[in-house]
Amino acid sequence: MSVEVEIPSSKTYSVLPKMGPDGGVEGEVLEVAMGPQHPSTHGVFRMDVVLDGETVVKLKPVFGYLHRNHEQIAESTSYLGSMPYTDRLDYFCSLTNNWAYALSVERLAGLQAPERAEYIRVITAELTRLVNHTCLAGFLLMDMGALGTPLMYAFREREKILDLFEALTGARMMCNYMRFGGCRVDLPAGWLEQARKIVAEFPRFLDEYENLLTTNEILLARTQNVGVLPRELAINASITGPMLRASGIDYDLRKVDKYGIYERFDFRVPLGDHGDVYDRYMIRILECRESLKILNKALADIPAGPIIDPKAKIRGFRPKAGEAYGRIEAPKGELGFYLISDGGPNPYRYHVRAPSFINLTILEDMCLGHTVADVVVILGSVDIVLGEVDR
Amino acid sequence: MIAPLDTLARRIQEAVPGARVEVVPNDSPAAQPSLLVDSAHALAIARFLRDEPSLRFDYASNVAGVDWLDSVTKTKTKVKKIVDGVEKEVEETVETKRPGYLEVVYHLYSMNLKHGPLIIRQRTGNRAELNRVASLISVWRGCEFQEREVYDLYGVVFDGHPDLRRILMWEGFKDHPMRKDYVQPDDFEYEPTPHDEVLGRAKEHYPK
Repeated sequence: MSVEVEIPSSKTYSVLPKMGPDGGVEGEVLEVAMGPQHPSTHGVFRMDVVLDGETVVKLKPVFGYLHRNHEQIAESTSYLGSMPYTDRLDYFCSLTNNWAYALSVERLAGLQAPERAEYIRVITAELTRLVNHTCLAGFLLMDMGALGTPLMYAFREREKILDLFEALTGARMMCNYMRFGGCRVDLPAGWLEQARKIVAEFPRFLDEYENLLTTNEILLARTQNVGVLPRELAINASITGPMLRASGIDYDLRKVDKYGIYERFDFRVPLGDHGDVYDRYMIRILECRESLKILNKALADIPAGPIIDPKAKIRGFRPKAGEAYGRIEAPKGELGFYLISDGGPNPYRYHVRAPSFINLTILEDMCLGHTVADVVVILGSVDIVLGEVDR
Repeated sequence: MIAPLDTLARRIQEAVPGARVEVVPNDSPAAQPSLLVDSAHALAIARFLRDEPSLRFDYASNVAGVDWLDSVTKTKTKVKKIVDGVEKEVEETVETKRPGYLEVVYHLYSMNLKHGPLIIRQRTGNRAELNRVASLISVWRGCEFQEREVYDLYGVVFDGHPDLRRILMWEGFKDHPMRKDYVQPDDFEYEPTPHDEVLGRAKEHYPK
């Protein structure tokens, strides 16, 4: 399956001869640059694909179009100063980005969020997971040609959750809500009732969504046995999140690390059998149902109390020299922040372990031997956001 | 759970003869100390950490580069000295110079045994021409893009990486923008703006 073809960087579209095993020319291969302005690439992302007829023989992802050196900007501002900037990493899930960063700084500075703040964090993170997973299913279906309808169904529900975020944080997407040692503001009056109502209605939407999609013939035909990711490769290539679990590996940081207060909740970790695109779709729907379990319990149990650690300093925040790595189970996978402090007001080193960036490592392995139309679907099932890939 | 790092370091030295392993302490409340390994044996050590049944670090979660500039630490010590025939306590400042280097930090976990993190670090000789470390991609495929990123942004060359190209910056970009002494040019355009003032300022900032 491997064909050695040098891809000239200056050309975007050319015909190159394919070399057979004896060194002779054997038919023709076609080199196509998919992207950066291609609707199925979920942003500005390019794949240099070498095709033999319709079959992919080589694929190289090219990115960096949105690179803004996020890490350097964060190293030249205060710890708190880059909190709003973490929203822009994975702009679909700003609250989980906030949490991952806050968690790492809390490890670095030895802070502990109070009970109520931990509950708020779990509630907002699981709501974010619902938004991400349902919309991803919509985008995936759009890549298969179901233009709009599933996505609009998901967006209808997303809007309700974004209203909740807006009432709590003042912003729909760029929430900038978590602080080191807690949260920024307490829940407004009536917020919990509203959230309970939305969570109670959500299973109905999921049922409706699954009725339309899960046994849909076109979906089955386009996704089953497409883009299979073997178990061993998934571990070795540091794949995380729903993609890893679709390959059958039981590794969910909410269970493994038990960060925050996740050990108080009873939920299962859905696992896939085949590691194909269909499993990745199904895992996300099942994770939504588990998130609803967590949400129901958290919304019932949330205690009253302070929302920020009294030791946390807003001004003059200078953690002791040292380093810390904190990670959470973001909707797209393991989101980690690696921080080194030299005792100053800015982090000496600030590194983001972006799940969608690392999940792209095995894109080529999954696509080889499939058609171009399948490449679009496989990329859709990886669930990337270019704000996070390019940083 | 993993054994304390100094016992682990001894085990590594037994398994990989000649390896230089050193525990790097971490004073922060996170309590995540790390192991400094030498690049000549890094690959063998990585293979040992992955394949040893009681460790099984099969998952390289995070790879990050760090740039440490040349630094001078001043420590003040009180020394008794005889000044003009009288014994006095005098403060003396001792300067310790540390040459700069680049560092690559790997955070390892085990998906099988569900433990971690084990943090290993490799250091380059200096920040200029001795900028090579061993690539661990043949042990953990997940290092592929992350090592490319460290190469791109820090200029660490990974020996044994099959596809070491820039990943975030564009082809033809000259410098390594995450280095602490990187100076950003005023203008990235191929044809600088024709205004003399802007042009002059831009020329001052270009790396010599």
